[in-house]
Amino acid sequence: MSRYRIAGKGRVDHGAPVRFTFDGRAYAGLRGDTVASALLANGVHLMGRSFKYHRPRGPVAAGSEEPNALIGTRRGPGRFEPNTRATMQEIRDGLEASSQNKFPSLKWDLGAVNDAAYMLFSAGFYYKTFMWPKSFWHRVYEPIIRAAAGLGVAPTEEDPDHYASRNLHCDVLVVGAGPAGLAAARAAAAEGLRVVLVDENAEVGGTLLSEPQAQIDGRPAWDWLAAELEALKALGVRIMTRTTAIGYYHQNLIGLCQRLTDHLDVLPADTPRERLWRVRARRVVLAQGALEKPLVFHGNDRPGVMLAGAAQTYLNRYGVRVGDAPVILTSHDSAWYAAFDLQDAGARVQAIVDLRDAVREELLNEARARGIPVRLSHTVTATSGRLRVSAVRVNPVTNGKVGAGQAIKCDALLMSGGWTPSLHLFSHTQGKLAWDEDRTTFLPALTPEDCVIAGAGRGLWGIAAALRDGAEMGREVAQALGKAGAALAHDVQNDRTGSGVSMKELPTDRNPGKAKAFVDYQNDVTAKDLRLAVREGMRSIEHVKRYTTNGMATDQGKMSNINGLMIAADALGKPAPQVGLTTFRPPYTPTSFGAFAGYHRGTHFELTRKTQIDAWAEEQGAVFEPVGQWRRAWYFPRQGEDMEAAVRRECRQTRASVGIFDASTLGKIEVVGPDAVTFMERMYTNPWAKLGVGRCRYGLLLGDDGFIRDDGVIGRMAEDRFHVTTTTGGAARVLNMMEDYLQTEWPDLNVWLTSTTEQWSTIALNGPNAARLLAPFVEGVELTEAAFPHMSCAECTVAGMPARLFRVSFTGEIGFEVNVPAPLGRKLWETLWQAGQQYGIVAYGTETMHVLRAEKGYIIVGQDTDGTVTPFDAGMGWAVGKAKPDFVGKRGLARPDLVAGTRKQLVGLLTEDGSKLEEGAQIVFDPKQAIPMKLVGHVTSSYHSDAAGRPIALALVEGGHERMGETVHVPMPDRTIAAKITGTVFVDPDNTRLKI
Amino acid sequence: MTRFNAFSLLKNALGGHRNWTEQWPDSQPRAEYDVVIVGAGGHGLGAAYYLASQHGITNVAVIDKGWLGGGNTGRNTTIIRSNYLYDESARLYDHAVDLWENLSQELNYNVMYSRRGVLMLAHNVHDVQSFKRHIHANRLNGVDNRWLTVQEAKEYCPPLNISPNARYPVMGAALQERAGTARHDAVAWGYARGAAARGVDIIQNCPVTAIRRNADGSVAGVETAKGFIRAKKVAVSAAGHTSVVMQTAGVRLPLESYPLQALVSEPVKPCFPCVVMSNAVHAYISQSDKGELVIGSGTDQYTSYSQRGGLPLIEHTIAAITEVFPIFNRMRMLRKWGGIVDVTPDRSAILGKTPVPNLYVNCGWGTGGFKATPGAAHVFAWTIAKDEPHPINAPFTLERFRSGRLIDEAAAAAVAH
Amino acid sequence: MLLIHCPYCDETLPEAEFTYAGEAHIARPADPSALSDEEWESYLFIRSNPRGPHHERWRHLHGCGRFFNAVRDTVSDRFLTTYPAGQPRAALPIKEAAE
Repeated sequence: MSRYRIAGKGRVDHGAPVRFTFDGRAYAGLRGDTVASALLANGVHLMGRSFKYHRPRGPVAAGSEEPNALIGTRRGPGRFEPNTRATMQEIRDGLEASSQNKFPSLKWDLGAVNDAAYMLFSAGFYYKTFMWPKSFWHRVYEPIIRAAAGLGVAPTEEDPDHYASRNLHCDVLVVGAGPAGLAAARAAAAEGLRVVLVDENAEVGGTLLSEPQAQIDGRPAWDWLAAELEALKALGVRIMTRTTAIGYYHQNLIGLCQRLTDHLDVLPADTPRERLWRVRARRVVLAQGALEKPLVFHGNDRPGVMLAGAAQTYLNRYGVRVGDAPVILTSHDSAWYAAFDLQDAGARVQAIVDLRDAVREELLNEARARGIPVRLSHTVTATSGRLRVSAVRVNPVTNGKVGAGQAIKCDALLMSGGWTPSLHLFSHTQGKLAWDEDRTTFLPALTPEDCVIAGAGRGLWGIAAALRDGAEMGREVAQALGKAGAALAHDVQNDRTGSGVSMKELPTDRNPGKAKAFVDYQNDVTAKDLRLAVREGMRSIEHVKRYTTNGMATDQGKMSNINGLMIAADALGKPAPQVGLTTFRPPYTPTSFGAFAGYHRGTHFELTRKTQIDAWAEEQGAVFEPVGQWRRAWYFPRQGEDMEAAVRRECRQTRASVGIFDASTLGKIEVVGPDAVTFMERMYTNPWAKLGVGRCRYGLLLGDDGFIRDDGVIGRMAEDRFHVTTTTGGAARVLNMMEDYLQTEWPDLNVWLTSTTEQWSTIALNGPNAARLLAPFVEGVELTEAAFPHMSCAECTVAGMPARLFRVSFTGEIGFEVNVPAPLGRKLWETLWQAGQQYGIVAYGTETMHVLRAEKGYIIVGQDTDGTVTPFDAGMGWAVGKAKPDFVGKRGLARPDLVAGTRKQLVGLLTEDGSKLEEGAQIVFDPKQAIPMKLVGHVTSSYHSDAAGRPIALALVEGGHERMGETVHVPMPDRTIAAKITGTVFVDPDNTRLKI
Repeated sequence: MTRFNAFSLLKNALGGHRNWTEQWPDSQPRAEYDVVIVGAGGHGLGAAYYLASQHGITNVAVIDKGWLGGGNTGRNTTIIRSNYLYDESARLYDHAVDLWENLSQELNYNVMYSRRGVLMLAHNVHDVQSFKRHIHANRLNGVDNRWLTVQEAKEYCPPLNISPNARYPVMGAALQERAGTARHDAVAWGYARGAAARGVDIIQNCPVTAIRRNADGSVAGVETAKGFIRAKKVAVSAAGHTSVVMQTAGVRLPLESYPLQALVSEPVKPCFPCVVMSNAVHAYISQSDKGELVIGSGTDQYTSYSQRGGLPLIEHTIAAITEVFPIFNRMRMLRKWGGIVDVTPDRSAILGKTPVPNLYVNCGWGTGGFKATPGAAHVFAWTIAKDEPHPINAPFTLERFRSGRLIDEAAAAAVAH
Repeated sequence: MLLIHCPYCDETLPEAEFTYAGEAHIARPADPSALSDEEWESYLFIRSNPRGPHHERWRHLHGCGRFFNAVRDTVSDRFLTTYPAGQPRAALPIKEAAE
């Protein structure tokens, strides 16, 4: 039994020791302990170093608001996380805990020299210095500042754990399972509502866990709690512990993070480490209780200085005495009970120092009965002890004057500055707060969300009040949801209600300008820092916060915001409500990235769309490239081939005989209806009315700003039916745009639009042998020049499969695109592949497709155009139906800048030295000019072309269409390349190869 | 104004810091100013500073509905870079970077401009083409930006996941070494202090309710919560609220305001040396001097003034970060917040004169306004002082939306094909 | 994640099913060619971007697929009403209208 553990006391299992290490040293705690309670039981208060001054620190709290006792926690490879709150991390067998922000050791930390120079490191000191010499900021000052800052070290290995997420709908979500939350859940559940009750702690009960002395309905608090839990379960309440409500989002969407494995000795194989819940609740009850405020005085951060309520929790919940000889310092009644409990548990309380000049007689009697010395109207002006408090200096205060101090030896100083409601989640709702002068604190007022606050969260102290209010709020939400609603009444004995006063810095006889009186422990913000910020003109509390970093530590101001406000308001000479609080931001407590990412990791980060032929390509050893969400076969290397060799072979063989290409990713939209042709006339630049059934046409889609959005071949399958193809990446956008115009602008048109991208597998055959290969499989269409010329389409049968056959070419060779029902795609592909062997068929990927089309000057929207290119810029004025009264983009095309002569226009480029240009390379007319140069365009596409016998390129060049034959220059880092402007067609300009 | 340096810091430290004076006074409005600037963010305060320091115009008020620097200046992820594609953008942002480099010295306020490099990751062939286009354009515009192979990118940013089996594998990166970050609040404070020292009034918590015009149509002044303030010139620099303010002068703008969220992790020791942006997965990350990982998100889909933003976007943003940096999976999010960004159709700013004589506007920065702060403020001051645009901001007119001469960086980034 | 009432499906559903489609009641002119550059600019780009009730369009993409109109308060993000496309501009609630 560790020296500070009290046999049989608390909710820990005294028969179940748990072994863990802290900074390499082995310790034993009990099942149910947190790291903090277990270390305290072993007499260890020193658990960390502060951010700026590296001051030794121990736990000041017992819950999630802890700012000091942050540790690194590890469970084998990959499972390390910094900045874990020792007060929340349950111990488990084998847990490796380590202290942070120290070198070489927690007890002897070199960084503590900062503490000696603390007067220099005042609020905002870094804004005032480190500016000379200029180059030193980057090379000297910033690296030093960065190395000094930060708390723990980041993980360095990939996380082997997995994370989950789930949605949940309920009638009532109750956040916080203390007395108020329990009562609210009970009242709502009793009406048959679906209730979810969550609590961030390992077990429910809240305050009740720290106050076993209370009697509820004639039973000891813990017995009552156990029975109440059973009752709630019987009513079907879903109770979730280790579950933090992290954020309150629009319309009662609450994010929860549930921690599932960090407390377990042995990791279960299939359990996620954490689970994010998105709860949509019809009503929310916030019953998060209140947080105890520290007192602000010189030396209030020494290990052993702790909140009185925390000491009570360590004692009653964990059976740990935080000291043998504590001193109590308080401005609130509640700390007196901590003194009584500790004295009753065997400690010798050295003194109760109360800042008030009068307290309830009953408290004085209780103290007297226990022989505890009491000092009213006293303050503490200092503490001493290097790594643990060993004495406090106590001074009388008379009429505001501080008298001579006297040292009292102690091993713990337990303080209470009163309580402040936990308003974080309420604040997320953009709820308004109202100042309560009696309690000198902000209370929740108005919120736009359907939520109520119960218990200490709205300033009602004590178990009886919390139970009463919880039940009342439970009834209120039940009624709001149409139920009758009833509030259970409870009889509570031994309740410890109390009152107190709110303090700024405690009165002192010392120079307040030199006091180390901490307000934000973790960020080392002192009262003098706050006053300095105000002195320097920071009048808004947001400025004070940002200038001093008060409230920006990992406790998110839970410990510091109200004290900071009181001091800043005093410095400003304004009442606190006029100064106001800073906004609390989600999450309530720091939440792991893994929980937010959830399932979306690795291959599940985003779905990967694959065609029916993808597996075949993979078997063939294809290299893939991501295109939007699709993965497409990029090229098919044979043994020993690199990309260039593979692409050259694929190109050669396609032009020599036949190549097969998976075009299934092309977007496909079925446009059907009596007004289909009218719709097409209005959407696309081209005329469609005269396009015969069984014919297809290249279509160009603009935005109403006149710039090219998409393109594709469109077949007229019937008078009232078009088979529209789009780019791979543009499919969803194009359909949305079509729907938008159809539904919103032309609702009178009788047209239906259906995405058929995933309904068809599309296989392209190109090459002089394409018709020869395909013809034997086709029934219903004769593949001759006369019967099925270029730009024809038909419904037919291919290899026994129903098909839509297009005679189109994106290569300049005889080309077909066969669409068959998607699941048949691979069968058709393999059939053609087999039959193609006699022709030496080659499978090609997207890279070869790009080369072949560039050789013919066919553009790729998004590569040769970039959202600022008109059809005329792209040399495709022929695709614009000038006679049409209107189409999307027609008016946009007439805007002054779009008809100007100096636009960048798509041309071909041939380098004079025969080198291949780099895609993206910039073009100038005058290579000799100085930087910054006048840039007149850029290379959009560039490939080595076997067919052209040289590298070819497409480029956008200012006024390019009028500059045929002129030389432009491409300045590269090492040299400038001269290139001649040409047309965009490099192979077979007369289209002879398209003919069968 | 006490000069800030190591000696004054030491001297004051010895005196218990009791002798520091306010960095700017809490001014009350006077009846009339030569120039009233609406919006006390970095852009507005900077414009006031340059009006006073470069143009000798000191009878200036900067008015804000809240506290200075409380809008997007204090809510962004502090990324500074200038590797934009178009000459117009590159010149404007590079002008800003030039000023950033000396801003601490110029203002005698350490804004912590940290030249740590911005790495933009290419995750597909289209990214590669697009980044190379940027790199070549930047080089010839005198803007630094260079291509890194996957290996080089990994060396520059060791936490980067370069596994070829990643969902979106890294195929290379564009690096601008001169780019980096700065301390956002300090920018507003430094300009405020510099402007105030030169006689500029900074009036906080004073909402401007309307811009009033004279009978001849020109600007007369502004109606505020503290009464009417006469002004010879009015300049609006109110970010997400610009539409609302300008509408009172009868000027309707091509602007929409969207919520933009950002977040930080708990602070850790230095583990991330540079800034990384990935457009393909929508992730932006750096580590602050305090040790927090600073992470930017995209905008929500709907317009809003709520500064709130939804949970799904945060989930996606963090998934994107852990996709590129899987070792951060066990880091924790400390705090997330929202801002309101004003977005134009071409995602470039509007910076110049308006159809109303003596009324000027600086808006439409979308998600990229912080990096431009000194440059934009500088040329905005020029425009206000001379009633004509500086050559650098001349292309950023309101008229371009009529003529179609857009500066479309977003379109230039284009789409996957 | 907002909750949105689809006026066609008559169900209130999470935002993930919907896509935002910009300001409502900006009709595409019947004869764009008759418009001046200024009028065309106004149609294409000028938006009211109000702080408060905003008439806007949404599409129930992962549902009925239809576009509809809504009035949403851009300060609170609350929907005041939704109604089918083609219906006249919804009147604002008296309070907001008076502001």
